[in-house]
Amino acid sequence: MGILDIFLLEALINGVLLGGVLALLSLGLNLVFGVIDVVWICYAELIMLGMYGMYFLYSVYHVPIGLAAVVCIVGVGMLGVILHVVVIAPLLGAAPINQLLATGGVLFFLQSAATVLFGIEFRNLGLRLPVLKLSEMFISYSRLLAFGAALIGMVLVYLFLTRTYTGTAIRAIAQDRHIMILMGVDSRRIYVITSALGGGLAGLAACLLVLQYDVHPFVGLSFGPITFLICVLGGLGNFAGGFVAAFVFAELISLGGLYLDLEWGYVFAFVFFIVMMFVRPEGLLARRS
Amino acid sequence: MRRSLPWIAGAALIGLPFLYQSAYPLHIVIIILIWSFAYTSWSMMGRFGLVSLGHGGFMGIGAYVTALAWNHGGLTPWAGIPLALLAGGLLAVLVAYPCFRFRITGHYFALVTLALSGIVLQVITATRDQTGGSLGYTPERYQGGSSLYALQFSGKTTWYLIALAVWAAGIYVWYRVDRSMMRYALEAISEDEDGAAAAGVHVTAEKLKITVLSAMMTALAGALYCQYQMFISPDTVSGISISLQMVFAVVVGGIYVSLGPTVGAAITILLAEVLRISFGTRAVGWDNLVYGVLLVLFIVFLPKGILGSLLDLRRPSRGRPAPSA
Amino acid sequence: MLELRSVCAGYGGFQALFDVSLEVRRGEAVGVIGPNGAGKTTLMRVISGLIRPTTGSIAMEGADLLATPAHRIVGLGIAHVPESRRLFPRMTVEDNLKMGGFLPSARAKYHERLDVVYGLFPRRRERSRQLAGTMSGGEQQMCAIGRALMSDPKLLLLDEPSAGLAPVIVEQLFDLVKRIRAGGLNVLIVEQNVQQVLRVVDRAYLLKAGSIRAAGTAAELLASETIREAYLGV
Repeated sequence: MGILDIFLLEALINGVLLGGVLALLSLGLNLVFGVIDVVWICYAELIMLGMYGMYFLYSVYHVPIGLAAVVCIVGVGMLGVILHVVVIAPLLGAAPINQLLATGGVLFFLQSAATVLFGIEFRNLGLRLPVLKLSEMFISYSRLLAFGAALIGMVLVYLFLTRTYTGTAIRAIAQDRHIMILMGVDSRRIYVITSALGGGLAGLAACLLVLQYDVHPFVGLSFGPITFLICVLGGLGNFAGGFVAAFVFAELISLGGLYLDLEWGYVFAFVFFIVMMFVRPEGLLARRS
Repeated sequence: MRRSLPWIAGAALIGLPFLYQSAYPLHIVIIILIWSFAYTSWSMMGRFGLVSLGHGGFMGIGAYVTALAWNHGGLTPWAGIPLALLAGGLLAVLVAYPCFRFRITGHYFALVTLALSGIVLQVITATRDQTGGSLGYTPERYQGGSSLYALQFSGKTTWYLIALAVWAAGIYVWYRVDRSMMRYALEAISEDEDGAAAAGVHVTAEKLKITVLSAMMTALAGALYCQYQMFISPDTVSGISISLQMVFAVVVGGIYVSLGPTVGAAITILLAEVLRISFGTRAVGWDNLVYGVLLVLFIVFLPKGILGSLLDLRRPSRGRPAPSA
Repeated sequence: MLELRSVCAGYGGFQALFDVSLEVRRGEAVGVIGPNGAGKTTLMRVISGLIRPTTGSIAMEGADLLATPAHRIVGLGIAHVPESRRLFPRMTVEDNLKMGGFLPSARAKYHERLDVVYGLFPRRRERSRQLAGTMSGGEQQMCAIGRALMSDPKLLLLDEPSAGLAPVIVEQLFDLVKRIRAGGLNVLIVEQNVQQVLRVVDRAYLLKAGSIRAAGTAAELLASETIREAYLGV
């Protein structure tokens, strides 16, 4: 294999690994949108808080990493519930754009709160995980771990949604919220559970991302817009579409980063997105309206 | 008496810097005017339910294209600014056309524009060799900073008058749109696109027109800001924060009223200044924190903004619903 | 068992029901007939809790429905099969039925109820993995009724079950209703198809423009002039 091929393959593999985490992110966003019909613009900021949580728990207070992860997931899950109860629920009857703007306000708030509380320095978890060498390629262990955990997370969510009554109710409410009363389902409870689930997924994503990236108040800007693009391209509320789109975007970013600076990867992804809108406006796997 | 009120106010505004020479308050007023113009530009789309969270991108393009054309291309801002406007308009068409053509509205449109402003910021950062990246960028001073050719003036008074003129032009454009057929077309579209199309409205064309207009005006604001401040950085002129700030200010001021965005600009900028003066560098982040909380509170309790709600109190029959997509 | 007294209800500023009183006694099948726009669907919704009445009272076996949170009404034994079925289109038949049995009390009896439902619709069992949205109108109606039955209700509310269905299917449908009745279930049917519904119910009410215009046994109403007038506006 020529040198270039190795790098290409490595980029491709890294793309797949990144795709796993992005798929996890888009799942959380799609879940909340599909069920509650609101987009949490501040989703990436919830992840940012989770990352800070991990940093403080593990690097500062020396909590064992496994326990820290659990605390983080549960913690951000609760943040999701708080977000819903305090900001979203009062606005459920309002125009959708107001809901969007309100979460935009929360974005501001969270970024600024982080700036005020933690300062703008970059923090690192300080956990050096080994780098694996496969033939000539270097694959970081943290990336593999992140991919694996993301996959497990998604499988668990899938099982929850299909095997449990509450999960089935969550799927149902996304398809017809008005008749849920007839089944004896309290919509508000489902919304809260979904918010907790969305938050929990963000918490899980935070654990995985903090292994690979530094955290600072604006780290959400690195993957927030991409997550939105993924969800829109896959079709907001379309889990399968988001899943596919996540890997497509991840490959674009990875390959873009191979040949140019990382930022260009994002630009490629956006250009691809625009092009796709011309080509397949209904989204990659057209379904939800 | 009512007829001459605007004229009196206008004369007072124009005469202001000649009577009151203090530099700092004048600077604040100029900043308010420039941002008011930007916010007004945004509201021209926002009032029709075309909520863009990407106008930070247009502002950034306006600022950076002008500065880059001057520094690297030796192009006078007199030509650079039209170029920047063109770039902004082009980008608007590129992004908005597929959105409108394929009925991407509401949530989707907002998210796409949000990503747009994020991407513009990324591009600016990525081209750091040309643009200075996150560290910022400075247009080169020409003839000691006072030159008509380079559109640089050291006197605050001159800038005040320029900013005032541009701001007034923005309000004028707002009124022209408000009284035009475009306004009714866009209102019909925002209520029921299919119905409007059935009635013969060229939905995509109308939406595109207002978007391009809004984008170009915002780019102009960016260019003006660049020439005035003589320093731009990705965070101050582009990005999601700027986009959200725009929305916030307009929501606070009142989205359906011509002077609403101006009121919003005054409030947000004065707030930031007060915080800066009171807390100094410790204020970093506090202004956005307050914005964030206020935005949420306003959306929940006062979706029409301060000015909008006040006007509603005066004329209760003019009740319009809060922005809808 | 079900008693409505002087119920008024509507949507926003628009009133759809004016002073409606009716009852369903134990062991009965009752029909509500009337022309389009009479308020029949509103009546169903008011009973099942989808909308709340502005005045009046509704009681199920003595329990005051107005004091009950909407999502608990099905727990009192009232199952509503909505107008145009309202199945969850992208979920399988099985999942739809599962949602019908969401109530904790129904979950305990899940398999038992499933057998009852499949007993009434034998072909459903093979098609249980089919997406509800891909079924024909008649099949969807069967599935919707099955879903309602999963909660082991005492009273089944059927809202315009024959709407949009071919006459042959409608026949089968009302035969099914007879069988359900024979199983001991009370039924309240709201229907435009007078002939079919009066075949299966004991009593019926005539609802027009939001108020009850006539009431009586099925036989009485079939014979009466009032119905003809109501439908033809003569």
